[in-house]
Amino acid sequence: MDITSDTHSQHISKQFNHELEELKTHLMAMGGLVEKQVQDAIEALLEGDSRLAERVRDNDQAVNDMQLKIDEEATRVLARRQPAASDLRLVLAVIRATSDLERIGDEASKIARNALALVEAGRNARGFVEVRHISEHVRRMVRDALTAFARFDIELAVKVAQEDDTVDSEYTTAMRSLMTFMMEDPRSISSILSVMWILRALERIGDHADNLAEYVIYLVKGLDVRHTASDKLDDQVGKHKS
Amino acid sequence: MSATLPSRVTSASAAVTDFASTASCFEIEGLCLAYDGKQALRNLTLRIPRQRVTAFIGPSGCGKSTLLRVLNRLHDLNEDVSRQGRVSLEGQDIHAPQVDVAELRRRVGMVFQTPNPFPMSIYDNVAFGVRLQGIKRKRVLDEIVEWALDSAALWDEVKDRLHGSAWALSGGQQQRLVIARTLAVQPDVLLLDEPASALDPISTLKIEELIRSLKSRLTLVLVTHNMQQAARVSDYTAFLQDGELVEYAATDNLFTNPRLRRTENYITGRMS
Repeated sequence: MDITSDTHSQHISKQFNHELEELKTHLMAMGGLVEKQVQDAIEALLEGDSRLAERVRDNDQAVNDMQLKIDEEATRVLARRQPAASDLRLVLAVIRATSDLERIGDEASKIARNALALVEAGRNARGFVEVRHISEHVRRMVRDALTAFARFDIELAVKVAQEDDTVDSEYTTAMRSLMTFMMEDPRSISSILSVMWILRALERIGDHADNLAEYVIYLVKGLDVRHTASDKLDDQVGKHKS
Repeated sequence: MSATLPSRVTSASAAVTDFASTASCFEIEGLCLAYDGKQALRNLTLRIPRQRVTAFIGPSGCGKSTLLRVLNRLHDLNEDVSRQGRVSLEGQDIHAPQVDVAELRRRVGMVFQTPNPFPMSIYDNVAFGVRLQGIKRKRVLDEIVEWALDSAALWDEVKDRLHGSAWALSGGQQQRLVIARTLAVQPDVLLLDEPASALDPISTLKIEELIRSLKSRLTLVLVTHNMQQAARVSDYTAFLQDGELVEYAATDNLFTNPRLRRTENYITGRMS
């Protein structure tokens, strides 16, 4: 049975409704913060803004704290309510999602640290075009994955999962051209390495957004698509229409 | 007699295999039942697999206890009952005229919500049904009593006071004694109507553990209001509402991803 975003507010126990709503609200707040971290990290890099980069690095603790708080709430719901069916799936999806969001936060602070290194090196490194391009993709994936979670939107979730393939192939291409730059100009190796780390972080953020999208499908459809190839997703999800 | 006793229960075969490949114990087809003209069961068709635990869940008055009682013809005791449809046990119609109801009830034992030991010793409680079958030799009776109490996970607690009153036992022990009394006549099926709802949590877990261990040789059918209990012990769960079978599925699926909204609403405590 498919569920909708108001399914979790129809319990006889209003307190239970409230607890599940809080869980979703807090997850969305964490998502919002993480999304902002990614955006700021990229901006800091592209604009060479070291103060912004420092702020991203320092904010990572707030993301970690939110993960602990939400996981604790989810544990409490499991212990006290023994949720079943879509309620159980919501709690599990939230627990899984906090872990991916926390890692997206880690990747954002990695980007910020490398941005600081690049600012300190004082040279405009090669590869910013690629970073800008991939980061637009990845930011959209994170935003869409969170929107899909908030609206229980399966179609959007499938789109996010499919977009990850594009990011992966762009990443491979970008890495290849950065290798060429390094070979051409060995003095640029250390700054290009920083850019490579940044691209790697962006690619990982895409993977985590993909995971978030898969949790939405699990939550709404009860279908675990974690190991399903993205080109088969449409089929799988379509088969479970009810 | 003793030679035919199954070996002691060792471990439970917990794995739920595919429903379709499991042999049937009961097959129920188009079952309708009315008390005093009031429809209690509406056209139920389902099969209950052998050597599995099947749970019936649903709100009060949904017909789950009525359905359980049909399985050993306890509804016969009520005069104003009209029934249509067929219930067969191992392929045989249980309502066929040649069926011996006493023998049917031996094969299909029943345990109720409130433990009901007879006002006699623990030993005599367990031996009661066996004696009715004409078995009188003490050595044979001793063996059956020990086997039944052991199967019901009660032997170690009562072996030193077998001739003490059954009423001196705790509620949980009394319920296990009643199960031992039922097992002593070697049934094929055990029907359990809210067997743990009057018990404390530890006694409840002991009963649940017992249910799990018995399914290696019996078919168990459980009626319960406690959905967590159904989720914990059963292999298959049937959800009934207003005398209708709404959804019947492997317990693993029913409690994580039910097919129908009515089921979802009931098991998650929503208004429907």
